[in-house]
Amino acid sequence: MIRKTRSHININEQLLFEMSSPGKKAYQLPPLDVPAVDAAAALGGGGTRESIEDFPEVSEVEVIRHYTRLSTWNYAIDLGMFPLGSCTMKYNPRINEVVARTEGLAWAHPYQPDALSQGAMEVMAHLESALAEITGMDAVTLQPAAGAHGEMTGILLIRAALEKRGDARKKILVPDSAHGTNPATAAMAGYGVANLKSNSLGMVDVATLEQEMTGEIAGLMITNPNTVGVFEENIARICEVVHAKGGLVYMDGANMNALVGVARPGDFGIDVMHLNLHKTFSTPHGGGGPGSGAVACKAELAPHLPGPRLARVDGAWRWNYDLPESIGRVRAFYGNFGVLVRALAYILAHGGNGLTNATLDAILNANYIRKLLQPFYDLPYQSPSMHEVVFSDDRQAKNGVRTGDIAKRLIDYGFHPYTVSFPLIVHGALMIEPTETESKPEIDLFVDAMISIAGEIETNPALVTGAPYLTRTTRVDEVTAARKPVVRWRRPA
Amino acid sequence: MSTYPENFRYTKEHEWVSVGGETSRIGITDHAQKELGDIVYVDLPKVGAALSPGAAFGSVESVKAVSDIYAPVSGEVLAVNEALAATPETLNSDAHGDGWLVEVRLANAGELGGLMTAAQYEAYLGGAAH
Repeated sequence: MIRKTRSHININEQLLFEMSSPGKKAYQLPPLDVPAVDAAAALGGGGTRESIEDFPEVSEVEVIRHYTRLSTWNYAIDLGMFPLGSCTMKYNPRINEVVARTEGLAWAHPYQPDALSQGAMEVMAHLESALAEITGMDAVTLQPAAGAHGEMTGILLIRAALEKRGDARKKILVPDSAHGTNPATAAMAGYGVANLKSNSLGMVDVATLEQEMTGEIAGLMITNPNTVGVFEENIARICEVVHAKGGLVYMDGANMNALVGVARPGDFGIDVMHLNLHKTFSTPHGGGGPGSGAVACKAELAPHLPGPRLARVDGAWRWNYDLPESIGRVRAFYGNFGVLVRALAYILAHGGNGLTNATLDAILNANYIRKLLQPFYDLPYQSPSMHEVVFSDDRQAKNGVRTGDIAKRLIDYGFHPYTVSFPLIVHGALMIEPTETESKPEIDLFVDAMISIAGEIETNPALVTGAPYLTRTTRVDEVTAARKPVVRWRRPA
Repeated sequence: MSTYPENFRYTKEHEWVSVGGETSRIGITDHAQKELGDIVYVDLPKVGAALSPGAAFGSVESVKAVSDIYAPVSGEVLAVNEALAATPETLNSDAHGDGWLVEVRLANAGELGGLMTAAQYEAYLGGAAH
């Protein structure tokens, strides 16, 4: 077995469990300076144990080296373009990190009294008002921990508002071009899911919606732009149809990077939506995180928002817990606060015009890629692209090469793969989102890689179906991994 | 030779239901398994569950995606294919045989008339966009 191929990188990195040596540890406790307590007696029977079976025992330097070595196997936005469609993998500006490390914010404790937390509360209040302005909504909660959690919160708000009207209803309509988590959210919130088919433009068909929008439908969950990267040009009419039948409209904000500073969902009829601060507002994402799924809503839904809510009393911020119509807390404390600080830093650093320019650049970048790759890859929906473009592998499939193979080969060219096989309404989808982060030279490198791969598929498809070659691990057996998952380490017998 | 058995009826969502016996089996078509790719997990209803036409009664997970399976007809579930829990790959290798999903007692045999025959389904596949 080759243990090392480079001076500092171990290609057969062991698990921490396998490195374990009894008695090694990475901590040292000071001498006890209070009276000793018998933990077993204090906690009662069964509350303690002497050891944890197979818990790894390693030194500090072994832990540090293990994870640092693993990190060198990884790909990150700080290494290059990350064109994962609908995920908006934009650069995380370092100014965000500087601001988030401000002592009074970084070390704030959630149990600190309000009087000592005015700065942190001001950050949250400022962010709430900025997000309300960006979305055209009346109220915002920062509690949800990430996107799907925001969806769940939003649908619970719809349920609360409809129950208050005395008309709870049973189902949520979800277009087949919606973000993948939407049907799961509706089901988790206790609704049935009715699927709404897209038309040939990749948009919601208003006539179909008019038929499907009955009195048992609580609302529509729409993603705009949708997962084909197409703006629903009938969105105002779509919202009218739902409202006319007594339903409410939820917008998945996953693709908000195409709208910030250009169009406001509150203005085109949306009642409630979430924002992925870790996508649109540049906070760390994809192994970094945590996320943040702030929810914005219209006045009718606002009384149902999770509590506590910020309130301005006698010139100071206070937490208001007196919210009789609230759906209740959706997360401990006040959300992922460190992420909120970074998102506000991003918004203030850009200003209004800066945010608009970022959106326009994101759209320009996606359309530049679309134009250059269209001669080489099939484009199933000809509608104008917003911040992402979705190709199909139909042409490459004739040579036995599928979207997943092209993605693996792209790794050899130094790029993170695009989103593979999603959305499902595109056969063999290649979903590419460059974001505004990328410069023309970086995008040109990406386009050259994609064109080169298209050429390889014509001349030597086996080269592509065998990729990647330049990674520490070559192609893994994803099928066996999924069918027979090994989810925990066990000591070899 | 036709890939699609004559004694099955087919849906536009690529499910099949067997006809002519005391009970019927339901599965997904060979076309469906090819489109899904390598299937890694199958979620099936409990015995005794009631199926209603067009409503999802389970799901199939492939390396690409999770897809709902829609009931072609109404009926009561008499048995589910337990073997698929350990060997979901059977759905890829034998979608029309050992890869059956559930066995049902049809509530309304008349519903079969609204489904496609093997020849109609093959024509549908030939003409359908992906």
